[in-house]
Amino acid sequence: MTPLLNELLGYAENIAVIGFKALFLMVALLLGVAYLTLAERKVIGYMQLRIGPNTVGPFGLLQPIADGIKLLHKETIIPIAANKFLFLVAPVLLFSLSLAAWAVIPFAPGWVFSNINVGVLYLLAISSLSVYGIIIAGWSSNSKYALLGALRSAAQMISYEVSIGLIIVSVLLCSGSLNLTSIVFAQQKCWYAVKLFPLFIVFFISCLAETNRTPFDLPEAEAELVAGYHVEYSAFPFALFFLGEYANMILMSAMCTILFAGGWLAPFSHPIIDWVPAVAWFLVKICVFLFIFLWTRATLPRYRYDQLMRLGWKVFLPISLLGVVIVSLCVMLKGAV
Amino acid sequence: MLKRRLLQRAFKSLFLTEIIKGFAKTLHYFFKKKVTIQYPFEKGQLSPRFRGEHALRRYDNGEERCIACKLCEAVCPAQAITIEAEERADGSRRTTRYDIDMTKCIYCGLCQEACPVDAIVQGANFEFATETHAELIYTKEKLLSNGDRWEPLLAENLASDMEAS
Repeated sequence: MTPLLNELLGYAENIAVIGFKALFLMVALLLGVAYLTLAERKVIGYMQLRIGPNTVGPFGLLQPIADGIKLLHKETIIPIAANKFLFLVAPVLLFSLSLAAWAVIPFAPGWVFSNINVGVLYLLAISSLSVYGIIIAGWSSNSKYALLGALRSAAQMISYEVSIGLIIVSVLLCSGSLNLTSIVFAQQKCWYAVKLFPLFIVFFISCLAETNRTPFDLPEAEAELVAGYHVEYSAFPFALFFLGEYANMILMSAMCTILFAGGWLAPFSHPIIDWVPAVAWFLVKICVFLFIFLWTRATLPRYRYDQLMRLGWKVFLPISLLGVVIVSLCVMLKGAV
Repeated sequence: MLKRRLLQRAFKSLFLTEIIKGFAKTLHYFFKKKVTIQYPFEKGQLSPRFRGEHALRRYDNGEERCIACKLCEAVCPAQAITIEAEERADGSRRTTRYDIDMTKCIYCGLCQEACPVDAIVQGANFEFATETHAELIYTKEKLLSNGDRWEPLLAENLASDMEAS
């Protein structure tokens, strides 16, 4: 009786610890998303010689909270012609998927929920699934703009996932592991961003397309589609889409960091720099990538749809295929890298 | 020649040179001084010729300038001005009614141009929003009090305009 009870207690304790950690991660992530929106408005404002929000709280620091409260207070409008169930499931799906992906992201050595051996595969699977959220949202709204936006988004994400997948294959060939922690450790001598520089650039641009950011924000092209797949959404479901989209941006930055920029590893070893905790490096690198996301939005105009497809299939796919071939040749000639 | 151009184009698109230039430009602007004027707390410069809220001016001895010639009423393209006039007890010709419908006015400044005695002028005030339409039908009293309130600035602006012309 006692050993069973002990085991059960231990089990419950484990679950409680994991639940607490997950809650902490979620809160941190949501705060990150909230302040990412503020950072976006500030950065783009600064690049346009404006100063951005600065009224709510010091330096506008409470602005995202005010925005959130506003969205919660509004009425959730469900169009009569919409499929009510799917209409409400779609944002939840998108948002929970963008959170689920964080289960395998290592923040620092050992700081990971599940250190599984197929972490990369899991990430790919989750990010592919999020297309469903968008498709369901577009279809269930029963609106032509939403449907068009959803179709564009699906086509775009699938096209760019091909090159993302191939580039990840090159990274895997170099590191010899699908485990994200060992991929980071494999970069101890030299980051893959240096080793596989062209592929890194292609990967980052594909990330922009994958997260529907400018210059690839065709799914929500305001000028032609009003807002794309989430035209019909308001209040909390809209907030979920918004959170999901920005959480995906953070996730993609984390992926760039882990696969190419050495994860939590310091850029070089020095007694002073070794003091900085590993997780700080990870967060700083994510912030740098996020800044580039915002910087891109302030710089580049939107692609035309056919240009987007041409870039994806005729430029990025050949480059990433060539990358795989060259990397595998190198690996074969040198033995394991 | 053609080959060289093609090579150049290939170089540009392969190494994203133009895009990098664009990024450099936006980053440069990121660190530049911001041009925002935080309106209710900060205000921009106004020209002395700025055509804002109307005012009826007085002479230094307190006598109102307007002689009810009705030139402003005649010239007003929006027909926003209504004037009624009568002889006063001392025999001078004065207005008994001088209304401007500020919701009709197009702020063209023709009334000010037409006035032979610099009585009706448009001042620098542009913050006269009200909650009702009725408040924007300005009467003679309102216009004269505007004149009393803004006289120093009005006189200064008119003087600097004289200098310029």
